[in-house]
Amino acid sequence: MTSKAQKHLVLIVARELASQLVTPTFIADADGELVFYNEPAEEILGRSFAEVGAIRAEEWTGLFQIEDLDGAPLPLDRMPAGIALRERRPAHGRLRIVGLDGQKRLLSVTGIPLFASATEFVGMLALFWQEDEPARD
Amino acid sequence: MPLRARIWGCRGSLPTPGPTTVRYGGNTSCVEIETTDGSHLVLDAGTGIKPLGASLSAGAPIHLLLTHLHLDHVEGLRFFRPLWDPRTELHIWGPPSPVHSLRDRIARAVSPPLFPLELADSPAHMTFHDVPHEPWDLGGIRISAQPVSHPGPTLGYRVELDGRTLAYIPDHEPVLGVELDSLEPEWISGHALAESADVLLHDGQFTEDEYPTRVGWGHSSVSHAVTFALRAGVGRLVLFHHDPDRTDDGVEELRGRAKALWGEADGQPPEAASEGMTIEV
Repeated sequence: MTSKAQKHLVLIVARELASQLVTPTFIADADGELVFYNEPAEEILGRSFAEVGAIRAEEWTGLFQIEDLDGAPLPLDRMPAGIALRERRPAHGRLRIVGLDGQKRLLSVTGIPLFASATEFVGMLALFWQEDEPARD
Repeated sequence: MPLRARIWGCRGSLPTPGPTTVRYGGNTSCVEIETTDGSHLVLDAGTGIKPLGASLSAGAPIHLLLTHLHLDHVEGLRFFRPLWDPRTELHIWGPPSPVHSLRDRIARAVSPPLFPLELADSPAHMTFHDVPHEPWDLGGIRISAQPVSHPGPTLGYRVELDGRTLAYIPDHEPVLGVELDSLEPEWISGHALAESADVLLHDGQFTEDEYPTRVGWGHSSVSHAVTFALRAGVGRLVLFHHDPDRTDDGVEELRGRAKALWGEADGQPPEAASEGMTIEV
């Protein structure tokens, strides 16, 4: 059949949803490959998806420099998106990200595992909300 | 041996008998695929399956592949003669659901108050199968099934015999909110099923004028159908699932529009499915 593997319908519909949302949204497939993020996410990540292209999960952290609230590097398995992907459960958390534009942003992130059936895990969808940095005394 | 299909019903949504639907027919979706071993392979159980059932000889196994369980694709099952024949070996294949078994979902349509009898009253030997993820063989035909975009769990099918391919995606809205032309092939619902198929039976329910008021209903405009077929590189597009309000003249207008959209592209000009039509690949 198709030369590139057909995306699962759940991912196709998720991408269609994401493309209509003003909430920054990031989608990975079951192997952890980043397969899409929407235009509002481009604002946060600092570069368009077309420029970044599909990348493996392990490359996210290095590419986007993700930190916990104390400024320590946040490994994939502690990020909401990583938890949704690897543990296949929903997760929510706050983190900071330095996008490809060099800007650091405080984000709330919710990672949602995508199951096509009880046993068929097809990927992960993460929603981002940018927060204002807390005021310093 | 060629791959042969016969259309027993190609109307969408609602059976539509009457003087304005004589040429294209009023029975809802049902397509018979000729097998190599004498078994019967049937796509969908719209009302077209009733005359098909009357034509079948008893005894040979029947494989019924359902795209989904909307009523226009299962309503003929209740009047499918083999269902009430104890000699029948009937295998029903359909989309998995996370909640209810295929049997339980079909039983809703074959039970009171919608029907006087229960599915359990059928003397036929029935087996229900969720379609597998990988291709499988039935009656010498290689079958592939994949979920496609339509409300509720819905499949499209690809049937292959000796390198000849027919794709069947009767209920399909391939994109929602994005342009079909803008997507990479792997992001187009159903693309892998239809890719390079010799024949594609595809939803063409709406005109381009009708579609904007029916977005999300799960069906294609004629423009979607043509663009999808061109993107998939099919050899022959056959418009399927005619709207119940579409008269024969209306279907011919739609076919004309499809031909215009197809233009000088490779392959045969699009056609419109009609009841009794035989397709040989």
